Amino acid sequence: MAKPYDLRRYPGFFAITLLCLVILYAPLVVVAVYSFNDSPSITIWEGFSLRWYVDVFTGPESGKFKEAAWNSFIIAITAATTATIIATLAATAVLRAGTFRLRTVSIGLISLPLMVPEIVTAVATLIFFNAIAIERGLMTILLAHIAFCIPFAYLPISARMQGIEATYEQAAMDLYATKRQAFTRILLPLMMPGIMSGFILAFIISLDDFIITNFVKGAGVETLPTAIFGAVKQGIKPNIMAISTLLLAVSIVMVALSWLIGRRDPAKGR
Amino acid sequence: MPQDRDIAIDVQNAVKRYGTFAALKKISLSIRDNEFFTLLGPSGCGKTTLLRMIAGFEDVTEGAIFLYGQEIDRLPPHKRPVNTVFQNYALFPHMDVLENVGFGLEMLGKSKAEARARAGEVLEMVQLSQFAARKPSQLSGGQQQRVALARALAPRPKVLLLDEPLSALDLKLRKAMQVELKHLQRETGITFIFVTHDQEEALTMSDRIAVMSSGELQQLGEAREIYERPRNVFVADFIGDTNLMEVTVDAVAKGRAQCHLGGRHRLTCDAVDGIGPGAKVHMSLRPERLFLSADPVADESLKGRVREMIYIGTDIATIVDLDGGPQFTVRSSNSSRGNARIFEPGTEVAVNMEHGAARLLID
Amino acid sequence: MAGGGATGGAVQSETYREARTLLLLPAWVTLGLLTLAPLMIMLVYSFLTKEFRGGVIWEFSLDAYDQFFFDRGLFGDEPPKIEWTYIGIFWRSIWQAGAATTLSLLIGFPTAYFIATRPEGQRALWVFLVTIPYWVNLLIRTVSMKFLLRDEGPLNDGLIGLGIISEPLGIVNTNLAVQLGLFYSYLPFMVLPIYAAVERYNFALSEAASDLYAPRWAVMRRIVIPSVKPGIIAGCILVFVPSLGSFLAPDLLGGAKTFMIGSLIEEQFKGNAGNWPFGAAASMILLTMVLILLMIFARQSRKEAA
Repeated sequence: MAKPYDLRRYPGFFAITLLCLVILYAPLVVVAVYSFNDSPSITIWEGFSLRWYVDVFTGPESGKFKEAAWNSFIIAITAATTATIIATLAATAVLRAGTFRLRTVSIGLISLPLMVPEIVTAVATLIFFNAIAIERGLMTILLAHIAFCIPFAYLPISARMQGIEATYEQAAMDLYATKRQAFTRILLPLMMPGIMSGFILAFIISLDDFIITNFVKGAGVETLPTAIFGAVKQGIKPNIMAISTLLLAVSIVMVALSWLIGRRDPAKGR
Repeated sequence: MPQDRDIAIDVQNAVKRYGTFAALKKISLSIRDNEFFTLLGPSGCGKTTLLRMIAGFEDVTEGAIFLYGQEIDRLPPHKRPVNTVFQNYALFPHMDVLENVGFGLEMLGKSKAEARARAGEVLEMVQLSQFAARKPSQLSGGQQQRVALARALAPRPKVLLLDEPLSALDLKLRKAMQVELKHLQRETGITFIFVTHDQEEALTMSDRIAVMSSGELQQLGEAREIYERPRNVFVADFIGDTNLMEVTVDAVAKGRAQCHLGGRHRLTCDAVDGIGPGAKVHMSLRPERLFLSADPVADESLKGRVREMIYIGTDIATIVDLDGGPQFTVRSSNSSRGNARIFEPGTEVAVNMEHGAARLLID
Repeated sequence: MAGGGATGGAVQSETYREARTLLLLPAWVTLGLLTLAPLMIMLVYSFLTKEFRGGVIWEFSLDAYDQFFFDRGLFGDEPPKIEWTYIGIFWRSIWQAGAATTLSLLIGFPTAYFIATRPEGQRALWVFLVTIPYWVNLLIRTVSMKFLLRDEGPLNDGLIGLGIISEPLGIVNTNLAVQLGLFYSYLPFMVLPIYAAVERYNFALSEAASDLYAPRWAVMRRIVIPSVKPGIIAGCILVFVPSLGSFLAPDLLGGAKTFMIGSLIEEQFKGNAGNWPFGAAASMILLTMVLILLMIFARQSRKEAA
């Protein structure tokens, strides 16, 4: 019997989808596999080994990478937390405070970092710190990160808030809650999945950033991406692949976390 | 093998299964040339599935479908000379009205000019010429409906399929469109297959009706036949209002059956095949064929008390509790010439009926 | 792209009306000070005089833009000719980004369409599969791409091993490598908006077209693609804009011949060799191009919505 005619299906689209996934994953898989290579050369496979992971933590460059990783972590945590708080407050004003003249302007301002090419933001921020004569270092990286993390935190938070009907807070106030109580006791708990997604997105964006960091970091201050970039410029070495695989694992854990949080909804129990 | 020109669509033993669920269980029916045919049933009865199988959007699990003698059930939709008016019209939002209507002809290989000319002609027919340059979103629901109709008629299909096309319109517009559709069908001479769950709509418009439920054909016939001689409980209950009750047969003689309704109430009516004394069957009594009187005299009169009166506008419905028996709804026309009498709740009344009003049904 | 949401028209909750200034203040201060103000100052810097050891002298000058567009000879005294070097770099960047966008569209559209036509329960999983790589550090992805594409890398090894080629393809340091890198960096940005559009697409339109005698590919060309066009345009912009100013892919995967805007700008601020006003001017030109593109897009989508 001939296959029934399904007008949604297009021949070849499934094959292209598979090709798409292969392209997306092949480089990552290859690097992850070669990070377990026992050879100091990256070209020849000489058997399974964890030596490059040991090298990352105890090798001659371990001190540099540990410091860079620590910097990255501190900056990402601080920037993501700050950006999430700012974004939550801003989303409340945009979505829960009626229409007002500065509302559209505010939305534009919040999405500005998304519209400006990253390299331009990097240049502008560098020039800004130079103009007001702030010495470049961890602090300048942190400030820049907070700014460009705001829209990324804002997106899932505002999406979530749009999905929460205003009647919940109105019901709370009808039951004698003050506005502050309606916010902290009703809106915030309902917002939690959005806020967590926003935080995780901002955290990853900050952890990943190279271009802006590269411009505004002071001499001698490194984050993980800039340290890796510096090392890669000398040629890809196996320890870089081990670090990359570790970062890849961190990313996947974070995505899984945000996936799980996204599925949990306080309104649905559990 | 039906292949004569009188049969437009012939469905033979059509089965549709989704996994283990059977949406259609061996349906066979013939739709005549130049007929206004309606598939009627509650949602989920398989009527839309059958229509979509004729259009080519669903494959036939088993069985066959013929269009004027030619088997079409393996053809993709674009190779079947039938067109559909979709439930929510499915007008192409990025094309204007004229482009929408001309689309089918263009796909059939007609030149753009030819397609436009014919599209203009059909738009004239549905009185929408002045809207040719509008986008569908700029039209009202009724106008969109007519564009959808024009679009499906433009390629001169052999059969036009209409999937609950009026369900999105308000009552007044729906009534007007019913008349217009019927008119268009006569004018074009095209066979219409109309799907609806609205029994009144089906009765008003159709030459013949197929009543369906849970994937099976319940009854096929003309409107009058289906309303007045429902074949089974489902049809009687689904088409129009009815007093449906379970009765026990006391005796059968000379084609008449005496039935016990409960209490002291008995009724004699035409017998049906396969019943004998003691059989429990259903009886249907159309409320408009009953009337009430205050002084019970006749033999068959059934005594009871008025429970409630419901004012409907055109009619008045009276609900009567028979003494120790079932409940009846009696409907009478609300006019000075009509037989409506106002009975206060609690009044003692007798239920009378026209000859042949009571019908026994097989299940 | 905008972070908006329930804009105008619809009933808007006013619960925190009095507090709105207070609520917005942190965002205004942070973004105003760290995003908007820097862009203004950058505009100012592009009109200043360069300092030779990096930085600027506060003296008005059109030199940066002049240098970008005109060639006045080695000593600056010849009659101005059009300077093609930088325009060429911009042109190459547009071309590279365009090629990467086209590649993304060719792969991304069928993928997005395929995912959107999966049974509803499976879609989230497919979307998840496509987006995971995006969460991995861009630098690491680019390095991985380079590792894969190298002459001694697994791709060439594999193809030689299979006997398909006898010499390494020599992809690294070519335009193709940069395009592949850009494509790889931003592919999910193409898939997601198209997916969203196809998922919203009313397949009754496809049925109607098919019912009106349109063969499969005519349905795609005449009905599906025009209907999901806003998603396609959004995807193209989301890939094109970051590709245009990207730095990592051309820097790591390309060579001297694949020099793009990002590298040109970066060079102006590196060590003491740079030219800050020139870098600021190049950034301004890039920003202007992108904003014009976004404005056209915004107007287009507003017209479609109307």
